[in-house]
Amino acid sequence: MARVRWRDLMGVREVGLLLVLLGLVLVLSVAAPGFLSWPNLSGVLVNVSVVAISAVGMTMVIITGGIDISVGSILAVSALLVGQAAKAGTGLWQAIALGLLIGAALGGINGLLVAYGRIPAIIVTLATMSTYRGINFILSHGAWVVGLPPYFTALGQTNFLGLQIPAWIMLGVAVIGWYILTQTRFGRSVYAVGGNMQGAYLAGIKIPRVQFLVFLVSGLLTGLAATVYTARFGLVQINTGMGYELNVIAAVVIGGTSIMGGSGSIQGAILGAIFMGVVSNALVLLRISAFWQGVVVGILILGAVIMDSSIRASMLRAVSIHSIGYRGAAEPTDGRER
Amino acid sequence: MAEAGEHKVLFEAEKISKAFPGVRALKNASFTLNSGEIHALVGENGAGKSTLIKVLAGVHTPDSGQVRLEGKPVHFGHPVEALAAGISVIYQEPNLFPDLTVAENVFAGHYPRRKLGLALDWPEMTRVTQRLLDGLAADIGPLTPVNRLSAANRQIVAIARALNMKARVLIMDEPTASLSDREIERLFGIMRQLRTQGVGIIFISHRMDEIFQVASQVTVMRDGEVVGTFLTQAVDRDQLIALMVGRGVGQLYPKTPGVTGDLLLEVENLRLKGHFGPVSLTVHRGEIVGLFGLVGAGRSEVAQTLFGITPAEDGEVRMEGKPLAIHSPTQAIGAGLAYLPEDRQMQGLVLPMTVMENISLAVLRAVTRGRWVDRAGEESLAERYISLMGIKTPGPRQAVAALSGGNQQKVVLGKWLASRPKVLILDEPTRGVDVGAKAEIHRHIDRLAHEGLGVILISSDLPEVLGMSDRVVVMREGRITGELSREAATQESVLRLAFSDTVPAA
Repeated sequence: MARVRWRDLMGVREVGLLLVLLGLVLVLSVAAPGFLSWPNLSGVLVNVSVVAISAVGMTMVIITGGIDISVGSILAVSALLVGQAAKAGTGLWQAIALGLLIGAALGGINGLLVAYGRIPAIIVTLATMSTYRGINFILSHGAWVVGLPPYFTALGQTNFLGLQIPAWIMLGVAVIGWYILTQTRFGRSVYAVGGNMQGAYLAGIKIPRVQFLVFLVSGLLTGLAATVYTARFGLVQINTGMGYELNVIAAVVIGGTSIMGGSGSIQGAILGAIFMGVVSNALVLLRISAFWQGVVVGILILGAVIMDSSIRASMLRAVSIHSIGYRGAAEPTDGRER
Repeated sequence: MAEAGEHKVLFEAEKISKAFPGVRALKNASFTLNSGEIHALVGENGAGKSTLIKVLAGVHTPDSGQVRLEGKPVHFGHPVEALAAGISVIYQEPNLFPDLTVAENVFAGHYPRRKLGLALDWPEMTRVTQRLLDGLAADIGPLTPVNRLSAANRQIVAIARALNMKARVLIMDEPTASLSDREIERLFGIMRQLRTQGVGIIFISHRMDEIFQVASQVTVMRDGEVVGTFLTQAVDRDQLIALMVGRGVGQLYPKTPGVTGDLLLEVENLRLKGHFGPVSLTVHRGEIVGLFGLVGAGRSEVAQTLFGITPAEDGEVRMEGKPLAIHSPTQAIGAGLAYLPEDRQMQGLVLPMTVMENISLAVLRAVTRGRWVDRAGEESLAERYISLMGIKTPGPRQAVAALSGGNQQKVVLGKWLASRPKVLILDEPTRGVDVGAKAEIHRHIDRLAHEGLGVILISSDLPEVLGMSDRVVVMREGRITGELSREAATQESVLRLAFSDTVPAA
């Protein structure tokens, strides 16, 4: 087994985000007396768990240079069917398996279209976002699912070693996701495809397979998130998951994953999700209107992206010193003779 | 008519020097263009022609020297400034907007507005474009989208655009490369017509016959220097080639005599329509086969086809006697091929990754136990190739983007050696690499051949090809025009095969 070092876990971006997060925690612990209590902090973790579970899959998608904006609709369809199944009295494990299965199927369709249909990810998932949402309306006939049995809602509300189950699931998913992304051949391929698709192709990496799998994983984890969501709230509304994709992408981007692909981490995405959770918690504790949350999240995204592009630019500068004649966009790109 | 006697100096470059890290691309290059003159610029790949015209066109700022337009010094900080001063460059593939119409392209960047309001003056644009096209005797409608035009007509649109910018100096960089004979004739007709209107034309071509056909003056460049300017009437083809070559191979290349072993790779009648073919060649164990040709001769295309990037339409490839069917790089790697691509940053490296991750990229299977990447094994693999290749890096976990060009190239080479190939295809392995690292890479190539690898060395650097190869295969316009043994390969004999000429067919 691999040795895991601290610096493997925490790169520049993650450390930066962690410091900002700790600063925020420090300020809040003074400004908002209730903040630094365990019930409140563990509550924050539970609140972000649904978004964070999807963010693990989304991180992989974005690292390959793709995007998945259909996760909100996948969440809705999965939650609806899991909720109906639970209400009909299937067992807990069957419900969880059903959520995973539906998510994987819907994500797999995205993956097939992107990888083998060669359609841009944003177009594919824009189309399936609408299609899956429509399927949700058709299947639900516009009705909520309510009155879920206690054995099922227990999944969302039971305490275990001081944390509620959703937070444990989030942590488990994060660890597995981190392991796959950093310690496996597949994970390495994910970075290579996003970092230099041509180079990855020339190194013998099967690009369509990697693209298909990341979308599959994104759907699969969103299916899991849907089960957690349903169990936690005990009901499924008709507009479940509206705008969910934006929160998931925001967590990933705030966590330092480059929207251009090639770099990013699960740790970052989890921190990004927690950061957003802390911000919304702070707004509640400080009695600031929840309307401000959107503004703060927007600023956070911009800050993260500006940091990402400045890191990228400094990397490119290091490169261009050594590459002859590189002048950026100003140079006509005949580039054959120097 | 502005024929002989009335020529006045239009555009001159005096003692231009330009250095890029590791390379002096131009050394005291001087060049004079008269009005109403077609002036050819010739030289081997890398002789400095492109750098010179980029300086003239304001793409590069010279380190020293002066550019004068009609006697007045000019300092172009940006291509747009040169364009405004009347200097237009027409590239082999003109930079046009394919989805816009001819008229929109002709006016790109300075669209006329109506006198009132903000709307574009379409009638004016259409009228002026039609007039320009008529002047060029071109049968193109001003409202045709450019993506419907042939390569030749795109050239004409680019020329019309230059004329609309009131260009007095036209720089044409290999404009004939993708044109048919008839289209070339028409282009030359237009060039002669522009000459009579007092436009000065700098014409770059690799085709000798064209130079003698259309140019009155010819300037020869070599190693970033101007060798001389001649009347085309006063020189012949062989003299020009001799001037372009003009230097000794020297002792730069550490090739040591090796033993050529069994046949490794056989390529028979490989063909890819529109690119090359039929191409046949062989590579033996321990042999370095140089593949030379001018830019556009199809060398890289052959390499990419061998490596499964653009599968061949026809032909057979055998490795150690066994036929190969290669349709993807994955299969090529499995068959024992490795390909070091021409553009290492675009194709060879994953820049956000570390040195270690790049080296192991093509052989991840070898450093995985079960499903997991064995980091310790990966690190020791990386360390082995770092020391073998002499890569200067603080450690295997260094980001590869931070290394110098030469060291990056050694990382790419290390990556491919880690895949333990039988045949290594090197595409311009030393381009953009400084002299020291170049010699080091040459030593590695020599050592690899001694260890029994077959090497195909593609290079535009003729001394490198001559210095390193056991055998030299020359390509021109997609075909192999000859094969020379190490002894028979000289600068003259290779260039003779590489330059297009219609002369000695017998």
